[in-house]
Amino acid sequence: MTATLNTTSETMPPMVEMRGIVKRFPGVLANDHVDFELRAGEIHGLLGENGAGKSTLMNVLAGLYKQDAGTIKVNGNPVIFSSPRDAIKAGIGMVHQHFMLVPSQTVTENVLLGLDEPRFFMRLSEYDSRIAELGRKFGLSVDPRAKIWQLSVGEQQRVELLKMLYRGANVLIMDEPTAVLAPQEIEGLFNTLRSMVAQGKSVIFISHKLNEVAAIADRVTVLRRGKGTASGVPSRGVTRQELAQLMVGREVVFFVAKKPCKPGDVVLDVKAIHAENDKGLPALRGLSLNVRAGEIVGVAGVAGNGQNELSQVITGLRKCRQGEVMLNGDKVSNRDTLFGIQHGMAYIPEDRTHVGSAPNLSVTDNVIMKNYRKSPISKGGMLDMPAATKFANELKQAYDIIVPTVNTPVRLLSGGNLQRVILAREISGQPNFMVAVQPTRGLDVGAIEGVHRLLLAQREAGAAVLLISEELEELLSLSDRVYVIYEGKIMGEIQVGGAEPNEGLVEVVGLMMTGTPLEQIRKEGVAA
Amino acid sequence: MDFIIILQAGVASGTVLLFATLGEIFSERSGVLNLGVEGMMLIGAMTGFSVTIATGNPWSGVLAAMLFAGLISQIHAFIVITLQADQVVSGLALTFLGAGISVVLGEGLSKAGTVSLMPNFSIPLLSQIPALGPIFFKDQSVLVYVGYLMIPLAWYYINRTRGGLHLRAVGEYPAAADALGINVFRMRYLYVFVGGMLAGLGGAAISLAVSPGWFSELTTGGQGWIAVGLVIFAQWDPVRAAVGSYAFGALRRLILDIQGPTILFGLANPFYYNPYWGFFLQMIPYAFTIIVLVVGSREAMRKRLGAPAALGTPYIRGERGL
Amino acid sequence: MTKSISRPRWTGYRIKIEPRLDQPPGWYPAAVSVGAIAFALILGGILIAIAGGDPFLSYAHIARASFGEIGVFSDTIVKATPIILAALACSVAFRMKLWNIGAEGQFIMGAFGASAIVLTPILPPETTPWLFIPVMAMAGMAAGAVWGFIPGYLKAKYNVNEIISTLMLNYIAIAWVNYWIFGVWTEGGFQMSAKFPETTWLPRLSDYASTIPILRGLTTHLGLLLGIVAAIALWFVVFRSRWGYEIRLIGDNPRAAQYAGINIARNTVLVMALSGALAGLGGMSEVTGVIHRLQTAPLAAGYGFTGIIVAWLAKLNPLVIILVSILFGALILAGREIQPSGVPKMIQGIILVSLIASDFLLRYQVRFARDSADTDAEE
Repeated sequence: MTATLNTTSETMPPMVEMRGIVKRFPGVLANDHVDFELRAGEIHGLLGENGAGKSTLMNVLAGLYKQDAGTIKVNGNPVIFSSPRDAIKAGIGMVHQHFMLVPSQTVTENVLLGLDEPRFFMRLSEYDSRIAELGRKFGLSVDPRAKIWQLSVGEQQRVELLKMLYRGANVLIMDEPTAVLAPQEIEGLFNTLRSMVAQGKSVIFISHKLNEVAAIADRVTVLRRGKGTASGVPSRGVTRQELAQLMVGREVVFFVAKKPCKPGDVVLDVKAIHAENDKGLPALRGLSLNVRAGEIVGVAGVAGNGQNELSQVITGLRKCRQGEVMLNGDKVSNRDTLFGIQHGMAYIPEDRTHVGSAPNLSVTDNVIMKNYRKSPISKGGMLDMPAATKFANELKQAYDIIVPTVNTPVRLLSGGNLQRVILAREISGQPNFMVAVQPTRGLDVGAIEGVHRLLLAQREAGAAVLLISEELEELLSLSDRVYVIYEGKIMGEIQVGGAEPNEGLVEVVGLMMTGTPLEQIRKEGVAA
Repeated sequence: MDFIIILQAGVASGTVLLFATLGEIFSERSGVLNLGVEGMMLIGAMTGFSVTIATGNPWSGVLAAMLFAGLISQIHAFIVITLQADQVVSGLALTFLGAGISVVLGEGLSKAGTVSLMPNFSIPLLSQIPALGPIFFKDQSVLVYVGYLMIPLAWYYINRTRGGLHLRAVGEYPAAADALGINVFRMRYLYVFVGGMLAGLGGAAISLAVSPGWFSELTTGGQGWIAVGLVIFAQWDPVRAAVGSYAFGALRRLILDIQGPTILFGLANPFYYNPYWGFFLQMIPYAFTIIVLVVGSREAMRKRLGAPAALGTPYIRGERGL
Repeated sequence: MTKSISRPRWTGYRIKIEPRLDQPPGWYPAAVSVGAIAFALILGGILIAIAGGDPFLSYAHIARASFGEIGVFSDTIVKATPIILAALACSVAFRMKLWNIGAEGQFIMGAFGASAIVLTPILPPETTPWLFIPVMAMAGMAAGAVWGFIPGYLKAKYNVNEIISTLMLNYIAIAWVNYWIFGVWTEGGFQMSAKFPETTWLPRLSDYASTIPILRGLTTHLGLLLGIVAAIALWFVVFRSRWGYEIRLIGDNPRAAQYAGINIARNTVLVMALSGALAGLGGMSEVTGVIHRLQTAPLAAGYGFTGIIVAWLAKLNPLVIILVSILFGALILAGREIQPSGVPKMIQGIILVSLIASDFLLRYQVRFARDSADTDAEE
C-alpha cells in the first residue's frame, strides 16, 4: 500500500541523502553503514533507543562530526562538511537535546553568535526587532532582550529554532525535543513544526518515544545498535508493535507486572518545605508529600520545576527555609547528609559521574562510600583493605557489574555498569528509604529493565521508594502513587492501580504538569 | 612627602599591573586560566631589556618582549587546550619555565651599560588640569598613555563587538559557540597569546620604563601574581581592573616613599626612626591582595556572578554529561 | 563518547589519537615520566648551549658533584632532606586539589618557630638536646601549621583562591622573618642571627665518626630520618586511613564526597594545616640541621617550589617522593656552580612542563589506522 503524502514530490531529488555512513568512536561503532533520506517538505522521524546512533548520525549531518566513511548529498549535490558552519551554509540546522545557549547572554546575542554580521560593532536594537519579527512569522514569540537563564525551557527551545531559522535553515533537525516538555506543550511544538513545514521547511525528528514519532512523522527511519533496520517507512503503514520490534529487536513489554501494594507506616514525611535554587529564586514553595514502607511513589513533572531541589533537601544537600522533612520520625532536613545515611537513606542521584561517583577512584573505593566508617571496612580510623576488596567483589557478583577487577577506576565503566555500581552501593546498605532521580536516563533497554527490577525488589522488601523521573511511562508503570510537581508545588496526587496506563490518566497528569491543580481538573469534569 | 609625585609614580607603576591584568582577563574570559603571568612578565622584562641593548631602540625591545612572551605562552596553550591537561599546574610550570629561561638567557645583562628607555612626555592641555593633570598627564612614559587607551578599547571590544561576543561565548558555554561554527580551540589559543603578549608588555614596561634595569628574578617582585588576584577583584571587567591596578601602583609607591621623611603628617615619622618597620610595610601589598580577594570572592558569591562559567575546564567536543 | 582526533593522511594511513579505554600496563606511567625527564634534560641542554654554556660539561659536572663519591652523596642527601618534607607538604594538599603554593612560606615560618625557641630564648642554651629538639620540631610544625591554616580558613569560609593567598603569604613570611633577623635578633649588625648553641643542632652522621671512621665528614643529619618517617606515616594516612580516604574522595569529586557526608570545609582547613606543618618541619630541619642560625637567604631557596615539582613528578606518592627528592637535591647541589646560574630552575621548569604534557600519553593512545578501508566492526 502506498501512503499518500500531501506535500512531497517523489520525482525530485531528495533534500538530504546520506549513504553508507560509518562513524566510529573508541570501542564503539556508532553508525554502521547507515542510509538516510529526507524529502523536501516532510517531517521525518528518526527512531531508536538510547545509544542506537541517532544523535551521532544527525551530528554528522549537522557538521559536528566527520564521518569515517559514506557520502552526503544535499539537493542532489555531494557535500563535505568540515564544521557546523558548512552545514548551516547548506541550510541544515540542528536543535540539540541539551540546548547550546549561553545562559548569561540575551536571546539576540545568542541568535547572532557565530555570524559574520554585524561586521564589527553591534547595535543590538536593530537585531532585536528583526528577531522579534522572525518569531512572529513562525509562531515562536520570545522577548529578544531576555537573558537565557530567565526563560522557561520551552521558550529556550524556541530560541534554538529561531537561531536556525535566522540563518536560513531549510532542514531543521530536532534532537529529542519533547524530553523537556509537558504533554500539552508537546502538542504546541507539533503544531509549530507542522506550520514550519507548510512554510516550506523540512524537519528531522529524533526521538526514542515511539508514540510521538508515530504521531508527528510522515515517514520513519529506525536505527538499532548503529544499523538501520527500516529506512523511510511511511508512518501510517506500520503499527506500534512493528516499530517497537524494529527498535529493539524482540517482543517489547510495555507494561511491568507488579504485586499489589501493601503499604506500611509513613517512612518519609515532607512537610510544607520552602527552598531556593542556586540562583536564589524560590524553587520549592510549600511542598508536601509522603512515602510509606513497601510502596513506590513517583514524582512526575517537567524538568526544572523543583525536582532537583526536592531530592537535595531530602538528602540534606540543600537547606530548606521553612518546613521539615521527617524520616521515620526523625528530622532529617537541614542536617548533614551523614545523618540521613546513618538512618537508612539511600540516594541514586541524577548525575552519575559528577555526583554519584568518584571517576578516578576504583570500584572498591566507590562502593565503600557509605559504609567506610563502620567495621568491617574500617577499624578504629584505619581502613581494612582486604575486607573492602572482599565486599566489592561480593557486590560485583551480586549485581552483575562487568569490570576487569574491582581496582579499575570507574570512569572506564559504561553508563549501565556505573549505575549498577551506584545501586549496589546504595542497596547493599539495606536502606529503609530510597530516593532515585532519573535512574534510567541514557541506559539501553536491558539496563533499564535491570534497574526497574531492583527498584521493585526494594519495594517488595519493604523499603519506601521515591522515584523522581521525567519518563512518564516509567513512572506510571512502576509507581503505586504519583505526585505531580509544578513550580515547586504539588498539583495533585493520583493512585495508579495495577492497570495499564490509560489515556485519561495521562491527560490528567499532563494537565497537572502544566499547572492545573487536581481539584480544578476534577471540578471541570475531566474523569481521572 | 609630595603626594602628587607619589601618585604620579603610582600611575606608572600601576600601568605594569594594568597590562598584566588586562591580558589575563582576555585569557580567562576565553576560558583558559593562565597562572604563568609572573613568568611571562619576567620574559618580557628580560627580552625588552636585552633587545634594546642590542639594537639601541627601546621600541624594538618592547615589541620583541611582547612577541617572545606571547610565543612562550603558547606552550601553556598547547598543553591545556590540545592536550587537555590541568590548567593550574601547567600555569605554575609556565611560571617556573619563564623565570628560569629569563634568568638563563638574561645572564650578564644587568652588568650592561646604560640603556635607552621608552620616552616620557607630557600632554599639553591635559597636564594643566588642577590636581589630576600632573598625576596622569605630566611626564609619563608613553606606555602609560598606551595603558589609558587600552582600558576603553578593551572594554568596548569585550562588550560591544562581534569578536567580544564570541570571546564571551567561548568562555561561558563553548558548546554553544562550537555548534555555531566558532572554532573554540583557535579562539582560546589566540586569547592565551594575547594574554602572554600583554604580560610581556607589562614586564617590558618595568625594565624599560618604570624601574629600568634587569634584576634577575627580583625584577617583577610578585606583580604577576598580584595581577592574577586583581582579575578576580576586577570581576573580569577592564574598567575595574584599571581602578585596582592604579590603586595598587599608588600603594606600592607610597610604601617606598613613606620611609624617607623625618616628619610625617606633622608627627615624627615612625618609619624613619624604626627602619626595620619597613619590613611590615613590605607586607602591605601582599596582605592587601588577600583582602582584595576576600572582597572579590564574597561579592561574586553574593551576586552569583563570577568567573566565566567554562574557566579552567578543557573543552571536549561531544561530552554531554552522560 | 569523546571525539577522536584525526590527523591528515600519510600515504594512505591516518594517525588517530583517541582516548584510552582501559588502564595502561603498570610500568607505563613510570616509563612515560622517565621519558619526559630525558626530553627535558635534552631541551635544557640545548638552552644551555644557546646561552653559551657547555651542556655535556654541565651535566657531567652535576652527576659527578652529586653522586661521585660518598662525601658528595651525603651532601646530596642533605640538600634533598628539606625537599622531601616540602614535597610531602605539597602532595597531601594536592591530593585534595588544594593548590598549596605556599610551602615556601610555611617552610620559612617553621624555621622561624624553631628559631624562636632558641633565640627568645624559650629554652636556655644548656637544655639537653633530648628536650630541645622535640620542642623545636613541634614549634616548627605549629608555626607552619598556622601559616597553612590561614589560607585554608580563607578558602573554606570565603572561597578565596588558595593559589594566590598562599603565594602572598610567602612574601609576607619572608618580610616577617627579615624583621626579626634585622630588627631583633641580629648578630653584630649582620644579616643573620647568632649561631645556635650545639645543643640545638640535629645530630649528624659525622658526630659518630670517632666510633665509625667511615662517617667522618658526612653531614647527613637527623632531618633525613624525620623526612622518611613523615613519608611513611603519610603513606599510611593517605592510603590506609579513613581520613585519607576522605581526602582522596574530596580531591576526586567534592560533590560525591559531600553526598557521602564528608565535611569539605573542615577538611580544607585540616589538610592545609597539615601541609603547613610538614613544610614547617622541613624549615625546622634545615635551620637546626644545616644552617644553625636564622638567616633568610639559605631558607628562601625555593624548596617550596621544588617541592611542587617533586610532588607532581612522584604522582603524589609519599614513598616515590623520597627518591625524586634525591634527584632534585643533586640538581640543586651541583647546579649551584653551573654557569649560567638560572639553569637548575629552568631545568625544573622544563621537567614540569614535559611531565604535564606527557600525562596526555596516559589518557590517550596513538594509533595508525588504514584509511577508510576499515570494515571490521569494533566492539
